[in-house]
Amino acid sequence: MAKLKKNSVNRRGFLKGAAAGTAALVTGTTAEAQQPETRPSAPLPSARSLAAETAPVSAAVEVLTADRPGSDFMVDVLKYLGFEFVCANPGSSFRALHESLINYGGNKTPELITCCHEEQSVAMADGYAKIEGKPLAVMAHSTVGLQHAAMAIYNAYAGRYPVFLILGNTIDVNARRPGVEWYHSAQDAAAMVRDYSKWDDLPISLQHFAESSVRAYKISMTPPMGPVVLVADSDLQETPVAPELKLHIPKLTPASPPAGDAAAVAAAAKLLVAAENPVVLADRAVRTADGLKLLVELAETLQAPVVGGKFPTRHPLSQAGGRALLANADVILSLEVPDLWGTLNTVRDQLHRTTTSIPKSSTKVISVSAEDLFLKSNYQDFQRYPEVDIAIAADAEATLPYLIEACKRLITSDRKNAFAERGKKLADAHRQGIERARTEASYGWDSSPISTARLSAELWEVVKDKDWSLVSGAPSRLWNVDRVYQTSTGGGAAGVGYGAPASVGGALANRKHGRLSVSIQNDGDLMYGPGSFWTAAHHRIPLLAVMHNNRAYHQEVMHIQRMANRHQRGITNAGIGTTITDPNIDYAALVRAMGVYGDGPITDPKDLGPALRRAADVALKGEPALVDVVTQPR
Amino acid sequence: MRLCLLAAVALSLAAQTPPASKEGAAPTGNAQNGKKIFESYGCYQCHDHDGHGGAGARLAPNPIPFAQFSRYVRRPAGEMPPYTAKVVSDQELADIYAFLGTIPAPPPVKNIPQLNH
Repeated sequence: MAKLKKNSVNRRGFLKGAAAGTAALVTGTTAEAQQPETRPSAPLPSARSLAAETAPVSAAVEVLTADRPGSDFMVDVLKYLGFEFVCANPGSSFRALHESLINYGGNKTPELITCCHEEQSVAMADGYAKIEGKPLAVMAHSTVGLQHAAMAIYNAYAGRYPVFLILGNTIDVNARRPGVEWYHSAQDAAAMVRDYSKWDDLPISLQHFAESSVRAYKISMTPPMGPVVLVADSDLQETPVAPELKLHIPKLTPASPPAGDAAAVAAAAKLLVAAENPVVLADRAVRTADGLKLLVELAETLQAPVVGGKFPTRHPLSQAGGRALLANADVILSLEVPDLWGTLNTVRDQLHRTTTSIPKSSTKVISVSAEDLFLKSNYQDFQRYPEVDIAIAADAEATLPYLIEACKRLITSDRKNAFAERGKKLADAHRQGIERARTEASYGWDSSPISTARLSAELWEVVKDKDWSLVSGAPSRLWNVDRVYQTSTGGGAAGVGYGAPASVGGALANRKHGRLSVSIQNDGDLMYGPGSFWTAAHHRIPLLAVMHNNRAYHQEVMHIQRMANRHQRGITNAGIGTTITDPNIDYAALVRAMGVYGDGPITDPKDLGPALRRAADVALKGEPALVDVVTQPR
Repeated sequence: MRLCLLAAVALSLAAQTPPASKEGAAPTGNAQNGKKIFESYGCYQCHDHDGHGGAGARLAPNPIPFAQFSRYVRRPAGEMPPYTAKVVSDQELADIYAFLGTIPAPPPVKNIPQLNH
């Protein structure tokens, strides 16, 4: 153990003086006590504190400073792993690491991002990972911080996105201060989120911290990805590193994602090439720009329609109307579809639930998913068990090159001609689908509240000529989406309160690329964590947020309406407990109070376009902006 | 959400069927009251305030024949919750239907620059 640095500070002398003053006030016998009362600028220490602070101490405990705390080495590890940012709401259990980051680490790579809530910190990391394809670090304050962070961790877990969470904690009872610090300590701090994190550890030495950090990073980035938790003991952070201690950061070697077994891939290719009406479900198939190219190549090789997921919306094989395609399919290729059963079946939400299979019973289903490689028991995010004909336990994106080659090997000239004919029909269907979408968007064009279709169309007008990225919310079918970073999925577990912080995290990732980050922000979601917008203002994170403000937790309105109808009573009461009115919230004023440009509420559709352009100008100059738009429910 | 959309597709197709056979002739309704209860009875939640559709099907302009409309409201085949006569009277249904009949057609798509890129 290194010796603590001896230092003399004047605080002790100051305290002695304070003690004298306190004594005087207590006895009230000095001349000053007779003078008119003057208020001290700060509360004076209690007699007990003074006694403790002013009593003679031995030379051994006079050691007060340290040159190289363990937390400095932890920063070395974080720098080695290449984190750009660390999101955190401050907490004493990681105070040494916090200080090391901003002073020893120079507050650069990683830079500390101040968050207003731990749920915000983790959701920002999730949103960042969706754009950047790698994790952010997050620091959270032991028991209380982790409890705040839990929902966002579950969202990241269910969505299969990497987050690197460092959890402060104090294991040694001798190291805890009395009182609050005991509430903020746990013997197994990560236990609470173990059901929905991919891996966790409690390193008991700095070497252990280094190894577990590299391991945690690797695990979080290996598909299926997920959040990892590393407990950073406060003693380990604060204790100086002994000069003779040799520490080593192990080499990070990312694991290659698992590709499908050759025989299974060949069997899948055989079915696909022979199929008359194949359908590709692309849900979470694409993670990277290369993955997007591969998916396009597979679709074009087979001239097969692609439904869902990331796929260029203007590509003729991009198809809406998934239900009709599935009903007519003879082979379905499911690529990383988290709820395959729910995609292939309908369940009526009536008193007696009835289910219907959408595909024919003869339809062959091929699943390629890394989900088969990683499951936990308690939380039911794995969805209902799907019946399939070929199950390839592998990462879809890593498997695509082999599947494409296997298909190409089997395609004869006859099949090529048949594919070409199929492609023409699908291109026609694509064109008709776009025309239908245009017509549908015209309904309610001049309505107030403003239709969501008009909101989407006006927003597209603003972004279409820019390098844009929709970091929260879904684009309409009329948007030209052809890059992998242009869309982000919602919270993996559909936990509300995700949109605002995740969009700020996505915007943070986009900032260095100079992209215009755009979000469609729900009102109920924003009220879970409006502080995200303060973070955006504080750190100059450009974002154009457009409110879809239907003044309700609208899905819940519909659920209560369903129950009232089912029970045949009180059908006018569904708004009780579900709407966000009386008073209406002025979201523009809310964000203005945090230093963000705010405009609205916009209720006249004619005002929407100009308001969006004004806000986009702010975002393009590098600042966050929000336009509150009062909308139709959906 | 997916389930709602599937139901929406089903009813949307119905909404585009040719209107008003003799059998489907609507009783006289009070459009003003219909507009009021379209809100208070929660129809707007899925069909938007002007019946243009959202989570549920588009109901207007050109609503489906009244008989078909009434039958579906009472005993929906999809995701829509049932509105029985105990909570919505026949006259109130006629009022809602009358309100839907007042919804004007949207501007032609070709006249909306934002939809022509």
